[in-house]
Amino acid sequence: MPRVVVAVMPKPEILDPQGKAVHGALPRLGFTGVSDVRQGKRFELQVDGEVTDAVLAEVHQMAEKLLSNPVIEDYSVHVEDA
Amino acid sequence: MRVGVVTFPGSLDDADARRAVRIGGHEAVALWHGDADLHGVDAVVLPGGFSYGDYLRCGAISRFAPVMSQVIEAAGKGMPVLGICNGFQVLCESHLLPGALIRNDHRKFVCRDQRLRVENARTAWTHTYDEGAEITIVLKNGEGGFVADAATLERIEGEGQVVVRYLGNPNGSMNDIAGITNAAGNVVGLMPHPEHSVEALTGSGTDGLGFFASLAERTLA
Repeated sequence: MPRVVVAVMPKPEILDPQGKAVHGALPRLGFTGVSDVRQGKRFELQVDGEVTDAVLAEVHQMAEKLLSNPVIEDYSVHVEDA
Repeated sequence: MRVGVVTFPGSLDDADARRAVRIGGHEAVALWHGDADLHGVDAVVLPGGFSYGDYLRCGAISRFAPVMSQVIEAAGKGMPVLGICNGFQVLCESHLLPGALIRNDHRKFVCRDQRLRVENARTAWTHTYDEGAEITIVLKNGEGGFVADAATLERIEGEGQVVVRYLGNPNGSMNDIAGITNAAGNVVGLMPHPEHSVEALTGSGTDGLGFFASLAERTLA
């Protein structure tokens, strides 16, 4: 069953307090060498049938309308085989 | 006036908002999120809380509640709409107000009496205040950081759309913005909670009452 993945990330210029908190915790656990962390969201959409261009176009609409807020977030879409 | 207060699943402050509406001299009408009908109200309040569990983003799912289609249409025709805290987030997600709210920069929940300056006393919800007046009302939120891109920020500052500004920024909001209005001045959103500051017995003061009393003043004006 094909799976369409929508990844949503805070825009680079938007402060990401969640990523900052994770970034702060890493060195406390002994993980050094990470200069920044950004935290986003991953949506896995199981679709009926083939992933056609029309299906992908509709996923883009979902991403723009509901899954992301274009004021503060960017998104990307890709297909994975389950 | 008949003022509707919407209850979403997860709304917390709907009862306090209805009480504030009554103390402000109006009839409070309970509106249900799943009902695509405003029942003839003259204004709407979107209360604070955690609508739809704040899942996805605060206010993102509420924006598509059946009642919101009516609120968005009525707001476009000039109906006064006030969004408080989670309600402010819903208004931004609905594109009735510009910008967005993100997690507080210090990552902690804030709960305190907050000093504010009234920057715009010409909106449907702020007529009873003097412009420049300093007021204290309750603030309580975890995602109250107001953000907008540079062009939007410049526009809302230039057009006088900042309604209230923090005195002592509690969450990293851009330009200390605590509340804004749309270009027409009928839709107002703010993170602090005027509905909790309407009675001396249960609040630190009554500075929030002006938001609810302003509606009547506008009708007389």
